[in-house]
Amino acid sequence: MSVVDDLKDSRGLLVNLTLREVRGKYKRTLLGQGWSLLNPIATLLIYTMVFGFVLRVPVPVGDPSGLQQFALYLACGLLPWTFFNNAVSSGMGSLIANANLLRKVFFWRPTLVFATVFSWNVTFAIEMLVLVGALLIFGAMPLPWLPVVVLAIVLLTMFALGIALLLSVANVYFRDTQHFVTIGMQLWFYATPIVYPYSLIQEQAARMRAGGNGFPLETVYRLNPLERFVSVFRAPLYDNTFPYWGDLLFCAVAAVASLLIGIAVFNRSQHRLVEEL
Amino acid sequence: MSSAPAVVVDDVSKQFRLYKERNQSLKAAMMRGGRASYEEYWALRDVSFEIEEGSTFALIGENGSGKSTLLKCIARILNPERGTIRTAGSVAALLELGSGFHPELSGRENVFLNGSILGMSKRELERKFDEIVDFAGIEPFIDQPVKNYSSGMYMRLGFSVAINVDPDILLVDEVLAVGDAAFQDKCMEKFAEFRRAGKTVVIVSHAMGSMRTLCDQAAWLDHGNLLEVGRADHIVDRYVDKGHEVADAAAPVAVEGVAEARWGSGEARLTGVRLLDAGGTPRTQFHTSDPVTVRMEYECSTRIERPVFGLAMENLDGVYVWAHNTRDAGLELPAIQGPGHVDLQIPRLMLQPHTFDLIASIVDHTTTHTYDFLRHCYRFTVEAEPDKPRESGGILALDGRWTAGEFAPLASEALH
Repeated sequence: MSVVDDLKDSRGLLVNLTLREVRGKYKRTLLGQGWSLLNPIATLLIYTMVFGFVLRVPVPVGDPSGLQQFALYLACGLLPWTFFNNAVSSGMGSLIANANLLRKVFFWRPTLVFATVFSWNVTFAIEMLVLVGALLIFGAMPLPWLPVVVLAIVLLTMFALGIALLLSVANVYFRDTQHFVTIGMQLWFYATPIVYPYSLIQEQAARMRAGGNGFPLETVYRLNPLERFVSVFRAPLYDNTFPYWGDLLFCAVAAVASLLIGIAVFNRSQHRLVEEL
Repeated sequence: MSSAPAVVVDDVSKQFRLYKERNQSLKAAMMRGGRASYEEYWALRDVSFEIEEGSTFALIGENGSGKSTLLKCIARILNPERGTIRTAGSVAALLELGSGFHPELSGRENVFLNGSILGMSKRELERKFDEIVDFAGIEPFIDQPVKNYSSGMYMRLGFSVAINVDPDILLVDEVLAVGDAAFQDKCMEKFAEFRRAGKTVVIVSHAMGSMRTLCDQAAWLDHGNLLEVGRADHIVDRYVDKGHEVADAAAPVAVEGVAEARWGSGEARLTGVRLLDAGGTPRTQFHTSDPVTVRMEYECSTRIERPVFGLAMENLDGVYVWAHNTRDAGLELPAIQGPGHVDLQIPRLMLQPHTFDLIASIVDHTTTHTYDFLRHCYRFTVEAEPDKPRESGGILALDGRWTAGEFAPLASEALH
């Protein structure tokens, strides 16, 4: 596959561009890479206050871990989401952000999108390590399940990459894209069981059935690949068990499909890319 | 020199879209039913030629002739609509120096980043790192973020990384003028080294003098069409001649709108400033030591006693080259009224090849009151005299002649 060859050829560049993103992100800030932890911690605190303390969202018990901590339950979904959101949003803008480079040097263009997404992987990995530490402190045992978590990260990265590739070219030809995506991402966030458990959707679906409403809420809800991703992340981390095969398979199919479509769209539309920048 | 082509440009056409209204917002797209309206503009039309391996090749033409577009097509930054470009070997383009630099990262980090953007591997970069830094001459600052670099340092580091990429084919777009004279010498040396190593160089430049000597072959582009391919010196000469014809046909007379700045009380106004050749034809291009007449035409609404006409000249770098006025020349003009003109005859234009701007003025006899002052109202260029040796550098041509006196005998002979 030529894409694999291209990726292999430009791996040196990929590493350097990723390092540039990682290093450049928090340059000239006092806390440096500390921000990559402080940001999610702040978000976690706020959501825990609002949804755990004020709105009193029911906290599921980890099975078999026995864990019942809203902040941890939240983190297991929020951290993957934050990675996905950051990777897609900044990956989408990476072509325009590097317009100067694209106009002056030839290299395999998707490298820019890859590097931006991968730079968020670094942040994500640090966050996940801290999360695993916190889980251990609160008595969960996620360590044997770490390979599953790594697999989930790989799949989520592929999924995000495909979408970022697709949106990055769309954004060059059509600058409204980024604003749509901002709104879309908010919608997507609340359509995914991150700040609330899936059980609330089940209850709502049951109420609708009882009321004679035939809308297949659960089926539609579960079409969202991120819903599957969140449960694939939560199973090994929060529950300390293997995720449902169906969910894992769904994620894998979504990841591969997203990446293939992203690359195909990118290749098809990159002919006039530099002129449109 | 082998004759296998390093670059084959085969029937290449490149089209740009000139959007009447850019379709980058949703509203605009909806209003137009999803189709942006644009005009087609062919930047290159059916261009074909070959560049021999090991040669230094010039792309020349006016602004907008498509030469930079062609260079970008060879560099694969742009894709031609029709035709193909085949290159034998690795290609590196020096289109803009330091374009991949990240301002917050150190020089060291940027060398690795920029090098890998240009296609160098990590090992190669580690091997060449000292050479790169050495060449740029910025060792003490290599661990500083590049945003603290002076623009010269920035460019030098960019150039140094790029020139050390060591491709088979190097594409250069007017970056030869980087840094001070010493650095330029180093660059020229590097180019020479490059050519000696049998590498192919393709250059786009406006510096006709250096193109003539630097390049073996040239292609002349005009409005996207290929006019000629052949020996660089022949083509450069013909191109420069053609430039004269065009410039002469459209010799500017108007003052309004041409001048960079104008002020004065306006009782007398300059209506035209032009340079005439020996035959009295206005021109903007001259050769060193041509006879030239500067004609200043004026229109005077009231009678002005003892006016003083002044001329001054600056070169493009803003160096004040020369000035002269009628009072200092001892010419007392009693009075002027209505339209008229004054001429300044210069028997030999003793300037070296360069571009100059004229400044013209009418002032009162004390030279304290300004009636009209025009800054940069006439631009002209000076070229070297054809078929004559030119002086080596600077602004002035002094027509110096070298002679050698009797040579002293060698020291060893003197002993006997």
